[in-house]
Amino acid sequence: MDLVNDPALDAFRAEIRAFLRANLTDDIRRKVMEGGYLSREAHTRWHKVLQKQGWIAPAWPVEHGGCGWPLAKQYVFEQEFALAYAPRAVIFGVEMVGPLLIEYGSAAQKARYLPGILSGDEWWCQGFSEPGSGSDLASLACRAVRDGDHYMINGTKLWQTAATEADMMFGLFRTDSSGRKQQGITVLLVPMKSKGLSLRPITLLDGGQEVAQCFFDDVRVPVANRVGEENQGWGCAKFLLSIERLGIAEVARSSAMLNRLKGIVEQPDAHGRRLADDPEVANEIAEIEIDLMALEATEYCMLFDPAAGADLGAEASTLKLMGTQVQQRISAATMAAAGPYAQAMASGLDGDNASRIGPDFAEPATRGYFNLRKISIYGGSNEIQKNIVAKAVLGL
Amino acid sequence: MSLFRTDDQTQFAESLGRTLAGFGDGAQRRRVRATPAGFAEEHWRALADLGVLGLLVDEAHGGTGGTMADVAVVMDAIGRHLWAGPYLATGVLGALVLAEAAPALRDATLPDLVAGRHRLAFALVEPQARYDLADVTTRARRDGAGWRLDGAKALVAYGEAANTLIVPARTGGGHTEAAGIGVFLVPAKAAGIERRGYGTIDGLRACDVTFEGVKLGAEAAVGDPGGGFDLLDRVVDWGTAALLPEAVGAMTYLYETTLAYLKTRKQFGATLGSFQALQHRMVDVFTQVEFARSMAGVGRLALDAAAAERRREVSAAKLYVDRAARHVAQESIQLHGGMGMTDELDVGHYAKRLTMIGLTFGDRGYHMARYRAARAA
Ligand SMILES: Cc1cc2nc3c(=O)[nH]c(=O)nc-3n(C[C@H](O)[C@H](O)[C@H](O)COP(=O)(O)OP(=O)(O)OC[C@H]3O[C@@H](n4cnc5c(N)ncnc54)[C@H](O)[C@@H]3O)c2cc1C
Repeated sequence: MDLVNDPALDAFRAEIRAFLRANLTDDIRRKVMEGGYLSREAHTRWHKVLQKQGWIAPAWPVEHGGCGWPLAKQYVFEQEFALAYAPRAVIFGVEMVGPLLIEYGSAAQKARYLPGILSGDEWWCQGFSEPGSGSDLASLACRAVRDGDHYMINGTKLWQTAATEADMMFGLFRTDSSGRKQQGITVLLVPMKSKGLSLRPITLLDGGQEVAQCFFDDVRVPVANRVGEENQGWGCAKFLLSIERLGIAEVARSSAMLNRLKGIVEQPDAHGRRLADDPEVANEIAEIEIDLMALEATEYCMLFDPAAGADLGAEASTLKLMGTQVQQRISAATMAAAGPYAQAMASGLDGDNASRIGPDFAEPATRGYFNLRKISIYGGSNEIQKNIVAKAVLGL
Repeated sequence: MSLFRTDDQTQFAESLGRTLAGFGDGAQRRRVRATPAGFAEEHWRALADLGVLGLLVDEAHGGTGGTMADVAVVMDAIGRHLWAGPYLATGVLGALVLAEAAPALRDATLPDLVAGRHRLAFALVEPQARYDLADVTTRARRDGAGWRLDGAKALVAYGEAANTLIVPARTGGGHTEAAGIGVFLVPAKAAGIERRGYGTIDGLRACDVTFEGVKLGAEAAVGDPGGGFDLLDRVVDWGTAALLPEAVGAMTYLYETTLAYLKTRKQFGATLGSFQALQHRMVDVFTQVEFARSMAGVGRLALDAAAAERRREVSAAKLYVDRAARHVAQESIQLHGGMGMTDELDVGHYAKRLTMIGLTFGDRGYHMARYRAARAA
């Protein structure tokens, strides 16, 4: 199935492939393939390679250092990177903070922060959720009180991905509680080294520590770090949701994971038997493949329908629903392919092949299965996506 | 045997529950699991004192001559409290195999087993075999009056803590033939045995074991050394039927915990449990647990049936309970939101155990094929 039908893009595709062949190193590729944690060092190493090529920010306008590519070109780019197991961009910076600042930031903020995102030298985390405010984000309570030319922040944020590695946080803070809960929220950019800001790393059920809780104890942030107007932060949050187009369905990443699974089940065992010949396994893979075709086609329709407007509507939530299901299903099938070895955890999180028990893929497959439970929880849980569709699309 | 508990079993369940709860909270459990043995000797003794190890051992050997219904009570409590240790391979499979072992070995070992002084581990899985019981390449060759054992086994639960390993080995026949398999009882410290231990995702201890020219006496072979497949198949069915109540116990914990969470956690100014979408989800979880509980009973009752029926019904029960377990595990995490993803909360630990039970003694593909084959037989 080849949905992109444009000779100009074929040439671009070939260019990307050649680039990836020449530049993507095996250690990084393998980590991505196994769904492992990429160290900041490795990530930065890759980022610099991309930066040299000028391929850091496909969607940003050229004047801000982006590629300014049309959507179709971004689509092909994401597809090729995913299929080659190339890492994603450093989290949050390119995909969220950049667009946010380009849309709402002051000239000074753009000048200060965009270069660090493009160079990969400044990492960001997202300070949205709190203990009492997950699905109901607008109820957030972490307070920022104006004090001269500073805001003073007190309270806590929970679940910040990469917080322990981040240099900056873009966060939503409560600046007014008098009106509707959506009305008193403000976006602030907070240096993670701020006095009074402390972290508690959280271990997840796969053993990794990708998130942390952040505690604010009289943290002072200059008013100059406010993005947009005071109490107008909810609009920024909604804007961030609306720009999330490519990647919401994770079609190409899923194709890559499925390709890998197909490779695994085609390996003959010691007696020459292949799992691929087991009808249960073959059916499961076929069914996932078909689901993925449907997802790819639907995503394509939603992105490129010439009759539709520029913005994806709330229907896009269905892409996240189906996309997360496919990813979780692939991870389950990969874990099942490991057989009894799915249970063994001998090598630890950063373990190498040598210390693993059973087939190389087994241990990361099981960790991956449990880790990927998160994708139906974060970024607006699947239940919340359904609420959105019910309300905004079905009018219920 | 019946699907219902007797009054005695209900009382037994209560005292077991108190004992297991007394082993401490999640933090304590994590500490114990991080030790090299993966379980606490004093907990093992406490369980032995309650008589759990002698349930399937006859009175002549110090046991109570109970049934798998009694074992189900134990496994259910183990599941609820997420206890882990060498109970299954010792009190269930070990007792079963030893009852058929050479009389001298049997008489010498069973009383120690009952008293908690002798542990067994089931060295079933071979690196290449996945779930195929007949795929046995570990070899037992005649050696004078005894045997010589060579080969490798993987994922032997609590193999490091075992005094005796239960080892299926090939004495004849080809790679994956049912004929030519024997079941051997192997002293774990015998010369030529190496064990390499590691943890599992669900917090158990396991090890890989290699056998190199391990010399065994004649008594090591249990029953017919060339016709042990039926014994092996039966032992695995007993093991499977014992895992099902463990799964039900763990599911019950998740159901109760998730329900309590929905009643207290608030979003949008209301408890999560007030959202009808989540009410329905929770009703599904409840339904799955109850149906799985009955089906675990079916698996247990099937153990008394003739081989073909036993195979069919044990596989049916395993398929059904595994599917329910997977569902309940996933839903419990999902409905807890971010909290469900943490290592801090027990929810994920139960979910991991349930998921791994689904991959122990055969996964969905294996039991589907086995079910269909047994039905056709
Ligand atoms: C691995 C991971 C990484 C994360 N990274 C970040 C990050 O970088 N930055 C950040 O700010 N946040 C992050 N989050 C937080 C994430 O966005 C929240 O976990 C998510 O919004 C859910 O909120 P909650 O955990 O409070 O669950 P809750 O909101 O308490 O929800 C619990 C359950 O109830 C359901 N539910 C809630 N309301 C309704 C309703 N009205 N109808 C039906 N069902 C409902 C939910 O779908 C869920 O299943 C991360 C979370 C995880 C797990």
